[in-house]
Amino acid sequence: MLKTTPTLSALEPKKLIPPMPATALVQLDRVNLSFNDNKVLSDINLNLHANEIVTVIGPNGAGKSSLVSLIIGLQSPSQGSITRKKNLRIGYMPQKLAIDPQLPLSTRRFLSLCGNSSRLQHAIKRLSIECLLNTPVQKLSGGEMQRVLLARAIMQNPELLVLDEPAQGVDVTGQAELYHLLGELRHELGCGVLMVSHDLHIVMAQTDQVLCLNKHVCCHGAPESVSQHPEYLQLFGRQAAEDIAIYTHHHDHQHDIHGDVVEQQAASNHSHCSHNHS
Amino acid sequence: MPDFLIYALISAFAIAIVAGPLGAFVVWQRLAYFGDTLAHGALLGVALGLFASINITLAITLCCLSLAAILLWLQRSPQLGDDSLLGLLSHSALAAGLVSVSLMGNSVDLFSYLFGDLLTTDASDTILIVTVCMMVLGILCVFWRKLLLSVIDANLAKVEGIPVALMRALLLFAIAIVVAFAMRVVGVLLITAMLIVPAVASRRLTQSPESMAIGASIIGCIAVAMGMWASYWYATPAGPSIVLAASGIFVITLFKKHC
Repeated sequence: MLKTTPTLSALEPKKLIPPMPATALVQLDRVNLSFNDNKVLSDINLNLHANEIVTVIGPNGAGKSSLVSLIIGLQSPSQGSITRKKNLRIGYMPQKLAIDPQLPLSTRRFLSLCGNSSRLQHAIKRLSIECLLNTPVQKLSGGEMQRVLLARAIMQNPELLVLDEPAQGVDVTGQAELYHLLGELRHELGCGVLMVSHDLHIVMAQTDQVLCLNKHVCCHGAPESVSQHPEYLQLFGRQAAEDIAIYTHHHDHQHDIHGDVVEQQAASNHSHCSHNHS
Repeated sequence: MPDFLIYALISAFAIAIVAGPLGAFVVWQRLAYFGDTLAHGALLGVALGLFASINITLAITLCCLSLAAILLWLQRSPQLGDDSLLGLLSHSALAAGLVSVSLMGNSVDLFSYLFGDLLTTDASDTILIVTVCMMVLGILCVFWRKLLLSVIDANLAKVEGIPVALMRALLLFAIAIVVAFAMRVVGVLLITAMLIVPAVASRRLTQSPESMAIGASIIGCIAVAMGMWASYWYATPAGPSIVLAASGIFVITLFKKHC
């Protein structure tokens, strides 16, 4: 798992994999995942850095959750290598918890199980969940559960925050709040963020990099360039893309030069169009 | 009070105390069917013990532990770990046990294995049961936080560095051992009730995982006292009387307004 493969990229000059910067938290190098003969993910290359929000989007069954399992180490790749920073602290926020109703567990107890009290107090304040502390975790609403799970994730003082469909079952206002909060937390904690979503609209605005996944990386880059990519349009339809274009237009935050080569690679093979790290 | 009654009481209390927290985990993890399968397999242990002429308790323990290992292995492939497979295993083990015990001849008192044989425990049995129960209880206490985190969400716990697979194995082996020794108290057919009924009754009265576990131990002990009292005065079988008392306590908790 901690095997480093610096020579691989040097051996293959055609693959434009940059040397791993000091801040790379997780590096996926030509990762494949199959169950029996069923190929779930093929040829995934991805670097996750501190202070960067990467969103994975894709249709149902695209392998988004499998990719998350690989990155957080719940699963091992069939082929390829995943290199993690040594002793990487990961804060993981699952889609939901299935806790048996027979387990009497208040939110306070749930949170205090996994960290010291000063971290607990900070997380409670930061996510303003004081009023939920005595509620049984099984009775939290979708939005409340998200905040509690996020509190739990930041209690790990994570270097990488991984969120699997964080907006599921949360209304639009709640989603906007959540993404805004993530944007702030990223700076407070100085951590990298990896999010999974099949919801295209609000995600884009808070994201530095978008990875469009359909068993392979369809395209990868800054939100605006991805939303114009032919493969993306094919997957999600032009209307969805226009919605996003309209939405992101309202935001004036700066994007860096990531992904601006996507257009030129449009006609090339799928497996190459992900290497647009500039 | 006659000696045999004191030994029986001490053994049953020890089992009830450890069955409290262990039963809570069985309820939280939905392992009731696992418990049943282990218990039914224990009868096969009786037959094997007689056949190999080794100590019966040792044979039952070994049988339960190997069955737990098999179940643990089967669970690795999710499509096999379902109810029907456990049902198949459970009842095949029970049938195999019944057939092989009967093939051993008439020397075996089947009834005592099916429904427990509490009143025949002697001093050495009691010491053994108490020692084993305290050891299992100790293990549960030491790993309590890790066990609890694994139960709440296995993936979350794994990412946070909890050895979830190990905790699961620990839990199943602890259940196997307690089932093997509790067989003496309530018998094959009622062991799971001894684990589950006090825990479920305690759930209705408590607000935290710890209080539910301790409450289950206390309810188990009350049930033991009531069952033994009934058994002593009305000559009812001890094991079923204890389980019936625990069920009675559960029915009473139904009247408490649940919050």
